[in-house]
Amino acid sequence: MGGRYCAPSVDERFHTATALAIRLGSDYVAHPAPPPSGAGGATLTSEESRTPLLALRGVSKCYGAVAAIVDTSIELFPGEVHALVGENGAGKSTLVKIIAGVHQPDTGELLLAGRDLVLRDPASAKDAGIAVIYQEPTLFPDLSVAENIFMGRQPLRAGRRIDGATMRDDAAGLFERLGVNLDPGRVCRGLSIADQQMVEIAKALSLNAKVIVMDEPTAALSVHEVERLFDVTETMRADGAAILFISHRLEEVFALCQRVTVMRDGRLVTSQLLAGLTADDLVRAMVGRDLAARTRTDHGTPGEAVLQVSRLTREGVFIDVSFEVRAGEIVALAGLVGSGRSEVARAIFGIDRSDAGAVTLRSRRLRPGAPTEAMAAGLAFVPEDRRQQGLVMDMSVQENVALASLARIRRGGLISSRAEGRFAAEWAKRLSIKAGRLTAPVSQLSGGNQQKVVLAKWLGREPVMLIVDEPTRGIDIATKGEVHSLLAQLAGRGVAILVISSELPEVLALADRVLVMREGRLIAEYDRAEASEERIMSAATGQLEASAG
Amino acid sequence: MIATLMTQHAASNDESLPSPRRLTETVFRMRESGIVVVLVVFVVVATSIQHRFLSESNLQFILVNTTVFALLALGETMVVISRNVDLSVGSVLGLSAYVSTNLFSQVHGMPIPVVFLVGIGIGLVCGSVNGAIVAIGRVPSLVVTLATLYVIRGVDILIVGGNEVVAQSLPNRFLAIPRKTVGGVPYIAIAVAIVIAAGAYYLRAYRSGRELYAIGSNPDGARLAGIQVGRRIFTAFAVSGAIAGLAGVLWAAQYETIDSSAGTGYELQVVAAVVVGGVAIFGGSGSAVGAALGALLLNTINTALNVLGVSPNWDSTISGSLLLIAIILDRLIAVRVANALRIRSAHRVS
Repeated sequence: MGGRYCAPSVDERFHTATALAIRLGSDYVAHPAPPPSGAGGATLTSEESRTPLLALRGVSKCYGAVAAIVDTSIELFPGEVHALVGENGAGKSTLVKIIAGVHQPDTGELLLAGRDLVLRDPASAKDAGIAVIYQEPTLFPDLSVAENIFMGRQPLRAGRRIDGATMRDDAAGLFERLGVNLDPGRVCRGLSIADQQMVEIAKALSLNAKVIVMDEPTAALSVHEVERLFDVTETMRADGAAILFISHRLEEVFALCQRVTVMRDGRLVTSQLLAGLTADDLVRAMVGRDLAARTRTDHGTPGEAVLQVSRLTREGVFIDVSFEVRAGEIVALAGLVGSGRSEVARAIFGIDRSDAGAVTLRSRRLRPGAPTEAMAAGLAFVPEDRRQQGLVMDMSVQENVALASLARIRRGGLISSRAEGRFAAEWAKRLSIKAGRLTAPVSQLSGGNQQKVVLAKWLGREPVMLIVDEPTRGIDIATKGEVHSLLAQLAGRGVAILVISSELPEVLALADRVLVMREGRLIAEYDRAEASEERIMSAATGQLEASAG
Repeated sequence: MIATLMTQHAASNDESLPSPRRLTETVFRMRESGIVVVLVVFVVVATSIQHRFLSESNLQFILVNTTVFALLALGETMVVISRNVDLSVGSVLGLSAYVSTNLFSQVHGMPIPVVFLVGIGIGLVCGSVNGAIVAIGRVPSLVVTLATLYVIRGVDILIVGGNEVVAQSLPNRFLAIPRKTVGGVPYIAIAVAIVIAAGAYYLRAYRSGRELYAIGSNPDGARLAGIQVGRRIFTAFAVSGAIAGLAGVLWAAQYETIDSSAGTGYELQVVAAVVVGGVAIFGGSGSAVGAALGALLLNTINTALNVLGVSPNWDSTISGSLLLIAIILDRLIAVRVANALRIRSAHRVS
């Protein structure tokens, strides 16, 4: 989010828009020009005259001083699936939250079928016929599946009492339409992400929503489940719904969507019909440049095994996972969200207790469920969610950096803030953390610098083995590069590194070896020469098994 | 190895593991019937040692004593289910008890229903203040109601001064309320049982009731689902207050002498009853019937110890231990259910 500020000058905007139009070629027309006619919309004849079901015009939203989206417009037409693509942090989620009524735009307007629409809260969005399926399903774990679908709209019988039997039947009917085998009477606690998503989709169906927003619905689904989702989406589209479909998988975008909007750094890059475009066009529009060749640095040959994981199992989460990481080696754990990647890392570090199997660090066996022991043995773990798990947001940069190394700084049980400052300054310099003062709260730093603080905190312990979950999520491209070269340097100094990442370019740029997980199992391993986006993706989505079996 | 593991799982899938729905139902039934079992055990043990325990007068005493706590537990259940807590109920009870019954000595021939309405009204005002601060100010209810616990008690002390309402100033018909029986059962216990049944039914069968569970189960999800979270939480606190006000009037009829210490410390006993009764302290599950049974259990135990001649000094220790056991049991059940559901859904996928 760093570097984007509210209220850009007109010059700056103009400059950006022109630059993009030039860079992207004539196919790409920067906002606010209308979509080019004759771009191949065979089924959509009277393009200009149709009214969009939902339109956002010139919408901007700032959080504090940081602009999440700037002057963005998007039009959703009935009977169309509209793809929204962009890198992490491009502003897609903010756009979704505005459509969902969670956030109100600072400027700009929303139009529903040509009329002004003001969404005060999620309830008013629901009333307007807008359903949002979030990336992380937002269900009530203690309540039944049927109640989750109909919450607030339960069928009633005499005396305004809830008609439980009808509600369960209705839910069963929805699941039948979706082709899902789910018991409407069971509680939601313990449902898989895919099933939770189906509950959310059933909810949207039951709402008869005219506008349906799907925020990365396929991220955690198997191939079969994705097909089912596509069928359902296609049916809803044919019924005249306007669907906004957010996905990182461009092949899905091309398979399902008619129109595409590309966002980058909070701004609209282009919004046009999809026909005639290629995946390369979209990628260029998303990253604003041609994908650079893999920018990896060599860091020498790996030494002996540091971490050995053997037959590690946590019932219902992952099964029989075995691998090793050698000194000076970067191993990436790839797979879809929900495939069990992060859970394996958590079990190795001891946050979650494994049910079977063993973790050995430098031939010392780690007790399951004992993170302190793992740390003492030289293991460091940089979690995925730095705000919640990695940092104490109200504490200063230097306190955060020193937090995991207090034993080293301590003198006679007391912590001198001068020693703390020296320690932090040393690491801030090594990682080139950009902070005004080291005593400033860490919450004031940009996402990229916060991530460096988390890394510094763990590197300060000089670990032999580092596990990093999503090392560059939500940080800008420049800092991303710095984090990557930092990890490579560490490996060069003999640290064994396990990286978990959803971003395949990152996996390919960093890893000496790539392990792919799918539905809780380790199903493929590629060395650096073999690894490619296609290979990893097809293994992660189950096409490997499909072709093998 | 994977293959054998999987076949083993597949084989055990359908027969040995109950469906999650049945599983949770079993747990619920277990929970409420569990309280009843403990209750019966206590009664049997107490009676075998001291047969007077089962006497009509003693049972009536227990039931009447429980009414106030069971009522408070109903209001507290509504609040706790929504992932909040109301610590001010004891103070509200005290204020309502004094101010409403003091009307008898101030206005000659004061109608009893008006006294009840005044008591409920006082509670409603106090509850609304709690609810407004929690819902609008988005302040944690633990802190808000801890503060109002002291403020309301303070107001009570200022109003009461050194006075007290004594039995002589209360009309006989009012004092008779807790003593009337229908076929040996105190009239008031039946009335309270009906109120609790109605409350439990409301929580189970009405949209706004279910929304309280939804809020407690996932507050952010509730907002996204378009539930008017603030309004619901406000209502829960207002109702809890009103019920505490009603309980205050009943308390006055029972104890006959009302000073500024009425209901002191009740809030924690009520929270204890609710938790022993199976309402999850972090919201989302539990029932008003369970909470009322929890109140009955704690009262029965106190009375049993009394009848058995155990020093009342033991009361707190035993109630506290029971609470600990209930919480540990809750945790064990929750972990087991979570594991069972986790393993089950894994099998469904594979």
